[in-house]
Amino acid sequence: MSIILDHVNYIYGADTPLAVKALDDICLQIPDGQFIGIIGHTGSGKSTLVQHLNGLLKATSGSIYFNGEDIYDRDYDRKKLRGKVGLVFQYPEHQLFEIDVFTDVCFGPKNLGLDKKEVELRAYDALRKVGLPDELFYQSPFELSGGQKRRAAIAGVLAMKPEVLVLDEPTAGLDPRGREEILHQIKELQTGTGMTVILVSHSMEDVAEYVDRIIVMNKGRILYDNVPKEVFRHCAELEEVGLAPPQVTYILHELRRRGLDVDTDATTVEEAAEAVVKAMAKR
Amino acid sequence: MLRDITLGQYYQTESVIHRLDPRVKLAGTLLFIISLFFFRNFLGYMIAASFLFLVIRLSHVPFRFMVKGMRAVLFLLLLTVVFNLFLTPGEALVSVWKLTITKEGLRTAVTMAVRLAMLVVGSSVMTLTTTPNNLTDGMEKGLRPLKLFRVPVHEVAMMMSIALRFIPILMEETDKIMKAQIARGADFESGNLIRRAKALVPLMVPLFISAFRRANDLAMAMEARCYRGGDGRTKMKPLIYRSRDRIAYLCILVYLVAGIWLGRLELPVAG
Amino acid sequence: MGIIRAKDVTFEYIRRDEEGNVEGITTAVDNVSLNVKQGDFIAILGHNGSGKSTLAKHINAILYPTEGTVWVDGMDTADEEKVWDIRRTAGMVFQNPDNQIIGQVVEEDVGFGPENMGVPAKEIWERVEESLKAVGMYEFRKHSPNKLSGGQKQRVSIAGVLAMHPKCIVLDEPTAMLDPRGRKEVIRAVRALNDVEGVTVVLITHYMEEIIYADKVFVMDKGRIAMEGTPKEIFSEVEDLQELRLDVPQVTLLAYELQKRGIMLPDGILTAEELAEALHLR
Repeated sequence: MSIILDHVNYIYGADTPLAVKALDDICLQIPDGQFIGIIGHTGSGKSTLVQHLNGLLKATSGSIYFNGEDIYDRDYDRKKLRGKVGLVFQYPEHQLFEIDVFTDVCFGPKNLGLDKKEVELRAYDALRKVGLPDELFYQSPFELSGGQKRRAAIAGVLAMKPEVLVLDEPTAGLDPRGREEILHQIKELQTGTGMTVILVSHSMEDVAEYVDRIIVMNKGRILYDNVPKEVFRHCAELEEVGLAPPQVTYILHELRRRGLDVDTDATTVEEAAEAVVKAMAKR
Repeated sequence: MLRDITLGQYYQTESVIHRLDPRVKLAGTLLFIISLFFFRNFLGYMIAASFLFLVIRLSHVPFRFMVKGMRAVLFLLLLTVVFNLFLTPGEALVSVWKLTITKEGLRTAVTMAVRLAMLVVGSSVMTLTTTPNNLTDGMEKGLRPLKLFRVPVHEVAMMMSIALRFIPILMEETDKIMKAQIARGADFESGNLIRRAKALVPLMVPLFISAFRRANDLAMAMEARCYRGGDGRTKMKPLIYRSRDRIAYLCILVYLVAGIWLGRLELPVAG
Repeated sequence: MGIIRAKDVTFEYIRRDEEGNVEGITTAVDNVSLNVKQGDFIAILGHNGSGKSTLAKHINAILYPTEGTVWVDGMDTADEEKVWDIRRTAGMVFQNPDNQIIGQVVEEDVGFGPENMGVPAKEIWERVEESLKAVGMYEFRKHSPNKLSGGQKQRVSIAGVLAMHPKCIVLDEPTAMLDPRGRKEVIRAVRALNDVEGVTVVLITHYMEEIIYADKVFVMDKGRIAMEGTPKEIFSEVEDLQELRLDVPQVTLLAYELQKRGIMLPDGILTAEELAEALHLR
């Protein structure tokens, strides 16, 4: 039970002179229940990659297997796949359209052809999971605050009960408080349900604290694919491709460069503080 | 998906025609089209065709781009030809089954086809050699006399150029919303007409909201940059007639006089 | 008197339900006073809904105070006759880069403001050139804005304001929709404006690392000014900032954590270099 990408290539505008290679020989394995961060700056191919996971984009070459089945197989039901791999786009609140929040969240499960009772049950469940208070359920989605709108939109995908949830820049445009709240909620969701969650982001700080594994994309290729600690060891290389490692990592490297014998593996402020205290004691 | 649609079909290259003042090209195109309806004999069409051919050569735009525009009106062209061919009463030429081609029918069909084709190619020359921007500028200045009749020329031109800027953005947005709704299981492609129309709601509502939000933002940004209508505005790229523009006007005039004079003669061959 | 002065400014708006009945009154800006000196770099920090953007729109005479007065270069923003003078004195850059570019070519967009002001064509070209150079976008002058990255578009917007030769530029969350690379580009351009061109800058943001270079910082919360001071002073109050749930830079947080663990450090450390020096490293 997993997603496997086997030598996937994707070329934009393949038969035009403006062809751009957006994905270059991607091989990936995404086992069940992992919390993964995909990092890269704009144009690195990260959004293109996740749109392959639910079959929205079709690879120019290569294969993708979902739970052992080839999704490009002629008999494969790709519409069903979209219910299994839920994709939340950037600024998802821009897709809200119904008269109230609840009806909007019902849109996804309704499209799966479920009966009314099941649809409403799922919608209710999804709204609870994203932490939206009950009194907002029957309000117009356009009257909510920015953070609430985003939650409602995430619930809209969650209500399809996907096995894999992919979120493209879920914190874009939110203020620090909103960012922290959303990320926290996603983490809770992941540990609570055990579903696979893939978080696409350009911010290392956002991701470092939460995920089990980081995939760094650059120019359509996978640059690193490892646990956060290992990935952040490549401080200089990350900076070279325009990605700042979390600031603490950078600070620890700087302190080390200046002669403090400090362990640079820390990814959070707490860990870093411990490491510095330990190093200072040694002097 | 929708990203591939480009608006305006400007062909980037260096040529005299490209450099002409857009007002010349607008007026020239208009006069050329009008002239097509004055001809009474084939000589007129010959003159028009040669004039058009000369302009195309001068523009350095490959001929196939000119014909591209034809594809869009091909259906209309065929329809006109067929209708004229079979439905014009007159002296029978060929008769197949219940359909009769008359001499008059053949004549009108050919004339209409030639007119329509030259009309399309003629306006393509203008759009291929003028940036949409330049075109709106030309319209704004060229149509300025209409202001006397309270036509909001500046406002219309400004609207056109804003539309030109935002159409690609809204196209991309449509694409994005469509994908997002497909990810939520929306189906835009199957079902009968009514179902398909209904399926558009999840696309149209967000799109309209976004367009309004953008319009609101843009209006504020324009006001913040001291925009208050056309009065008292200067132009960064003012349109000024140069000698090549005067020569071009002269050429158009010569063509008009020659074409309409020769094209309206009673020639026996044309009968 | 400074270039921008606000005295007891309050802005209220009436909320209405769908039928247009009054539901209540929201106070977006609540009794705010501030004074900005010519040439200063000011940052206004706060959450969404803290009133910082509403306050910013007062400086450009897009909004007028319900109570109190705002002066820009000595002109009262409520004076309708002065509106256009105020707008050319205090330019404004907005959040969404797509929704403020009017021209279809970069240079034409930058020329839009001067065109509106009735500047002669030759001078417009000079202004466009110098403004684009100031933000490092001159080589893109013939490009379509649609092909630029977010950071580049925002720099074009800044150039568009700069070409109007304002004394002051207000930037309303110019980096909120950008990626880290774009954010850096924009902040660099803004700093250059302030340092090199001497333009007064009011930067509204919720990113802490962008205010490090400001001369003075105002932190807004619930329509009021909650904190005010130099970045150092502001960052010394880690607990207050955390209470307002603002993102403290990780280096400042780290120093704070180290202090708690008994290592002697000064308050308000802002960069890795400072921390290293404070730890007596080379």
